[in-house]
Amino acid sequence: MAAPPALRVVEYGARVYRRTWRGSVISTFLNPVLYLLAMGVGLGKLVDQGSSTGDLSLPYLTFLAPGLLAATAMQTAAGDASYPVMAGIKWRKTYHAALATPLEVHDLVYGHLGWVTLRVAFVSVVYAAIMTAFGATSPLEGLLSVPPAVLTGLAFAAAVTAYTARLKDETGLSTLFRFGIVPLFLFSGTFFPVSQLPDWIEWLAYGTPLFHGVSLCRGLALEVPFEVDPWISLAYLAAWVAVGTWLALGNMRRKLVL
Amino acid sequence: MADLLVEARRLTKRFGALTAVDEVDFEVRPGEAFGFLGPNGAGKSSTMRMIAAVSPVTSGHLRVMGLDPAAHGPEIRSRIGVVPQEQNLDEELSVYENLLIYGRYFGLPKKVIDERVAELLHFAQLQDRRNSRVEPLSGGMKRRLVIARGLINQPEVLILDEPTTGLDPQARHLLWDRLYRLKQQGVTLIITTHYMDEAEQLCDRLVIMDKGRIVAEGSPRALIEQHSTREVLELRFPVGLQEEMVARVEGLAQRTEILPDRVLLYSDDADEAAARLEARGVVPEATVSRRSTLEDVFLRLTGRSLVD
Repeated sequence: MAAPPALRVVEYGARVYRRTWRGSVISTFLNPVLYLLAMGVGLGKLVDQGSSTGDLSLPYLTFLAPGLLAATAMQTAAGDASYPVMAGIKWRKTYHAALATPLEVHDLVYGHLGWVTLRVAFVSVVYAAIMTAFGATSPLEGLLSVPPAVLTGLAFAAAVTAYTARLKDETGLSTLFRFGIVPLFLFSGTFFPVSQLPDWIEWLAYGTPLFHGVSLCRGLALEVPFEVDPWISLAYLAAWVAVGTWLALGNMRRKLVL
Repeated sequence: MADLLVEARRLTKRFGALTAVDEVDFEVRPGEAFGFLGPNGAGKSSTMRMIAAVSPVTSGHLRVMGLDPAAHGPEIRSRIGVVPQEQNLDEELSVYENLLIYGRYFGLPKKVIDERVAELLHFAQLQDRRNSRVEPLSGGMKRRLVIARGLINQPEVLILDEPTTGLDPQARHLLWDRLYRLKQQGVTLIITTHYMDEAEQLCDRLVIMDKGRIVAEGSPRALIEQHSTREVLELRFPVGLQEEMVARVEGLAQRTEILPDRVLLYSDDADEAAARLEARGVVPEATVSRRSTLEDVFLRLTGRSLVD
């Protein structure tokens, strides 16, 4: 019965957030607006003019918005599962402090992932509202795309927590964002269908969790066919959550229980 | 056995090839202040972490309040307080929030925590810092806050790892006073330190550790009586002359210890030793006569000083 102690860790996340939310307001509320304006409206105009005979059957803004939702969920989760975890293990050592109480490592891991999931859910709902306001989706469809975005976030939160718990120092974190999160953001079907990529990259894209998150969000938010069978995407993301959590538990134990 | 608070038999902790704690035996009784004295790297912190049920025992027998830490970690931790050597407060948060979150980790209701926070802030003399962020507080204040945090669950035992390292003398004395009050309230204290004056001030009983082993055990006074003379005469000679002088002080005291910068003459009467020194015509640059301390005990037992 790990539930109650893990909930105390969720509560901790919420209390810290109540102090620090100002710092993330811009990324939560302003970034979706900026992206949808710049890419969806600005760049979209060019795209829509050029592809009137192309394979995009809907306005670019509409195509882009659900994909950006999944990508935003990924970025939020990766951010919250990396630097704060490093702080808990190494910089502030707050995890060490917590482990001197009745809490155990699995309470920390589940509680932390639970908190990140709540954060991602909040960011996704805000994003869905903004994309509805832009007229990219109907309110109901916008809301429908929130759960797959949250699942995408959880998949990344678990994997990034496992990764961060293995690091010796923070250089590995910038590596993660530079060579992991940013390329995924650009090449997982958010801005253009992966079918436009050279074959070998296309296959690489199919292997990324973000591609499946984008496919689910877009398929649920718009009346377009899923890029892959949604059940496969769902199972794939769930597998990332399960394996990521398992690795996070092992790596955290190795780092914290000495 | 239930009347022993901590019982360790052949307790061992290894990190790979390194043996940090090497088959130590000790007991801590309820209500006493028990110390681990030794230099850095002696195995004190590793021993404490095993008692606090945060570090698994490699081998040997350990019971804390009659419980096996391997099987009852959360239960043991719910009944002890820990003041770690490394400051691990949440510096982004306020003094109050640090105590609140820690209390919540113990599963305490907010109402209970709020009542205790008022008392603990008074105890730690941080009443007017309740809503301050932790980061700008002084080292002494942070240390007192960590102690207050360690008391939020009203523990039966408080475990303190190097509680006054890095504090100025005034902050140290304030802290000692607070620890003494806790002991009077019946809280058992387990303390590690590499300061012999701290061990003498605070501990009813202590073990001296060196290289993972316990080399002596007893009350500070008994240890000094057993392993040293009552008094010590410290001699300092001009640079380069010490070697020559050592030969001339031979036989003056019950025991002579030669350190790189001074010579220690152990005698039950330092003044008498000084008189005999003068009679021999040996004139050091400086002499100090003092009582024996735990530092001398450590030197006697290990051949090294406590603080390098």
